[in-house]
Amino acid sequence: MKLNVNGKDHDVAAPDDMPLLWVLRDIVGLTGTKFGCGMAQCGACTVHLDGQAVRSCVTPVASVQGRAVKTIEGLSPQGLSAIQRAWIEEDVVQCGYCQPGQIMTAAALLAARPKPSDAEIDNAMSANLCRCGTYLRIRAAVKRAAELAGRTA
Amino acid sequence: MSTQSGLSRRRFLKTSGALVVGFYVAPRTGLAAMQPPAAPALPDPNAFLRIGEDESVTVIVAHSEMGQGVWTALPMLVAEELGCDWAKVRVEEAPAAPVYAHPAFGMQMTGGSSSTWSELDRYRYAGAVAREMLIQAAADQWKVDPSACRVESGFVVSGDKRLSFGKLAAAAQKRTPPATVRLKDPKEWKIAGRPTKRLDSPEKVTGQAKFGLDVRLPGMLTALVARAPVFGGTVKSLRAEKAKAVPGVKAVVQVPSGVAIVGEHFWAAKLGRDALEIDWDLSAGADLDTQRLREEFRATAGTPGTKAASAGDADAAMSGAAKTVEAEYEFPYLAHAPMEPLNCTVRIGPDGAEVWTGTQFQTMDQGVTAKITGLKPEQVKIHTMFLGGGFGRRATPTSDFVSEAVQVAKAVGSGVPVKVVWTREDDIRGGYYRPMYVHRLRVGLGADGKPVAWRQTIVGQSILEGTPFAPMMIKNGIDDTSVEGVADSPYVKGTPSHLVDLHSPKKVIPVLWLRSVGHSHTAFVMETFVDELAQAAGQDPLEYRRRLLSEHPRHLGVLNLAAEKAGWGRPLAGGRVRGLAVHESFGSWMAQVAEVSVASGRVRVHRVVCAVDCGICVNPAGVRAQVEGAVAFGLSAALYGELTFKDGRVQQSNFHDYPILRLNEMPDVEVHIVSSSEKAGGIGEPGVPPAAPAVANAIFAATGKRLRQLPFRLA
Repeated sequence: MKLNVNGKDHDVAAPDDMPLLWVLRDIVGLTGTKFGCGMAQCGACTVHLDGQAVRSCVTPVASVQGRAVKTIEGLSPQGLSAIQRAWIEEDVVQCGYCQPGQIMTAAALLAARPKPSDAEIDNAMSANLCRCGTYLRIRAAVKRAAELAGRTA
Repeated sequence: MSTQSGLSRRRFLKTSGALVVGFYVAPRTGLAAMQPPAAPALPDPNAFLRIGEDESVTVIVAHSEMGQGVWTALPMLVAEELGCDWAKVRVEEAPAAPVYAHPAFGMQMTGGSSSTWSELDRYRYAGAVAREMLIQAAADQWKVDPSACRVESGFVVSGDKRLSFGKLAAAAQKRTPPATVRLKDPKEWKIAGRPTKRLDSPEKVTGQAKFGLDVRLPGMLTALVARAPVFGGTVKSLRAEKAKAVPGVKAVVQVPSGVAIVGEHFWAAKLGRDALEIDWDLSAGADLDTQRLREEFRATAGTPGTKAASAGDADAAMSGAAKTVEAEYEFPYLAHAPMEPLNCTVRIGPDGAEVWTGTQFQTMDQGVTAKITGLKPEQVKIHTMFLGGGFGRRATPTSDFVSEAVQVAKAVGSGVPVKVVWTREDDIRGGYYRPMYVHRLRVGLGADGKPVAWRQTIVGQSILEGTPFAPMMIKNGIDDTSVEGVADSPYVKGTPSHLVDLHSPKKVIPVLWLRSVGHSHTAFVMETFVDELAQAAGQDPLEYRRRLLSEHPRHLGVLNLAAEKAGWGRPLAGGRVRGLAVHESFGSWMAQVAEVSVASGRVRVHRVVCAVDCGICVNPAGVRAQVEGAVAFGLSAALYGELTFKDGRVQQSNFHDYPILRLNEMPDVEVHIVSSSEKAGGIGEPGVPPAAPAVANAIFAATGKRLRQLPFRLA
């Protein structure tokens, strides 16, 4: 089947019900999207589907044919996005494993709500788990990213 | 991008365009497990840093990066003494080799909150020795005395002459290393000691960072293992026809831990495993039941155990006490649940084996792999990948997840690289838990309210029994990790008559250290019980602790700082109340004041003010991050963490029934660092122990209810 990932078409041979996560990681070879739970509990596998944040671990690959899939690798092909710069400026990461998912969730939030309220940030970002407990800096970085994006817009 | 050893070294040579010269020699090989290397007086800088003609300074880090920031802290130490430009610093993970053995523990490993303090001298000396060799090289070239030269941000300078490190590296490498060098006083530090952003951020925010799970090799297959549903179970019979019929399944092999299904990718292996039909011989493991364990441990707590600490005659002193206070505490088994599920990739060739994984125990893994494959340890190459969290789970004395992957690769044969992946369910149900514990206490108070008699019995499985650490860390029948935080507690030591004893019942459940180890339960007992004693003595919890800790200045230092910053004693709005806790662990002192409200039986932690004394502090930004994260880790255990058994089966399986704290539950955390020139302590773990008791003490202040079980049950 045909898959459009980060603006590029891929021909993949995979069963229809294979989760998008494993197609991305094991067939397309994009390992930035992470496996954490396999049941849409942790958000480590978050990618964008036509701009919406989805859990690739429970998204059958057949359901994304003809739609645009964006992964962390494709978030900002020309250098770092405002979100990624904010993540670095706020020194968010620790082990870093959950962060691609955190960033993809934040990117979808900021695309929909360029100036999110604290409650909107908490609501959106509570879908993603971080065992290192980087939450305070994630909150700060989402706000910083909104500022940075506002400045360059 | 800076990544792991070996592969990236070759890539660097190929692609950077820079001829790599200078401080690099191939790591020495040959390893005897647990054998401390014969350390030279000064470390060989060749093993720890490399200067490129492009002026890059690559620091080779002997510890695993699992989020604790060692990829930043150790390079800061090198850069401080070397005098290089911080912007030119790169990082590379060390291969497994004796030269990278832990300076204090003698084997290559990461744990015990020791990465920074244990390397404080070695990495600084490596930088200082290299600096002296660069200076000598420049002085020779200029025909001046080395004492007329100094370093300045990547250059050696003398008068108006300047030469860059990159230009000097080749000549410097030929110099004889100095016999002695002087390290800077930390007061002179320009790089170390200042809040510094992490060096691994760029690759971690772009998805480029390679964790164990991200390893991809030509011809690699992926395996899942069907393990017994109860601990100690074995395969009685196996029908694999349906599994083998799943498209993409390549092989089904039996290994000591169960049955491995090997597929062309994860999904094939997963569907194959679902289709396997196995009859298990469950043996005794099927009898495990949390309720029965609880009753057994509680009964055991009423009987005398092995003495862990004692002074005077506790029973006699108890009978003469003005007042006695008693309590019993219970803690469940806990899973580490790092965000990256366990995994390990192995390729076995005729002349050697390679292992790619996120591990905290390279030396153990190398030894175990050698044993299974019949190779020599030096024929086993360990590629330490980034760890998607460790918390102790990737430091198993049995190398469980590595040895299993080696067994699978061996069974598959033909040199095929195999990645064994654990699902989240495998991870939660796979054992190696923080043990369940019961504590029973009876303390007698004198007329002045201070303890005069202290009796405490602890019951819980030994983490170290049966491991290579046992001879070193189990003394007189006492596993130190079961009693740390009690046997050495200033409250216990300060009580004239005391007796602490321990029972270590043997159970089939594999147990392991989890972030803060024994302190994960002992601090809760001590700090909530002392709150009860304060109440019994009719004293303010802060004042009472000040009295008991009057001869412990570092406890008092953090206690007073946290109380002051939190505004202890001042009224709070919005139904909030405060609780506090102070505890020493891993050579650092930590006090926390929690602001909590309780509404409709639900606990909300709003703010946690932390004061920490970790001695000399290398990266204050890293310390803050560790303490913030430790509070989150402690709260996860306090509010949610619990594994239970029924008919031998672990009843939890994934984050829906083994929850961890989410962002909307994260309190504001303030971290105040005591300025100190004392010996550096640990920081990865000490923030965990006080979090739960500080919150529990606040809940008591709010509700009048004493919580003596984790996770909290308010109903």
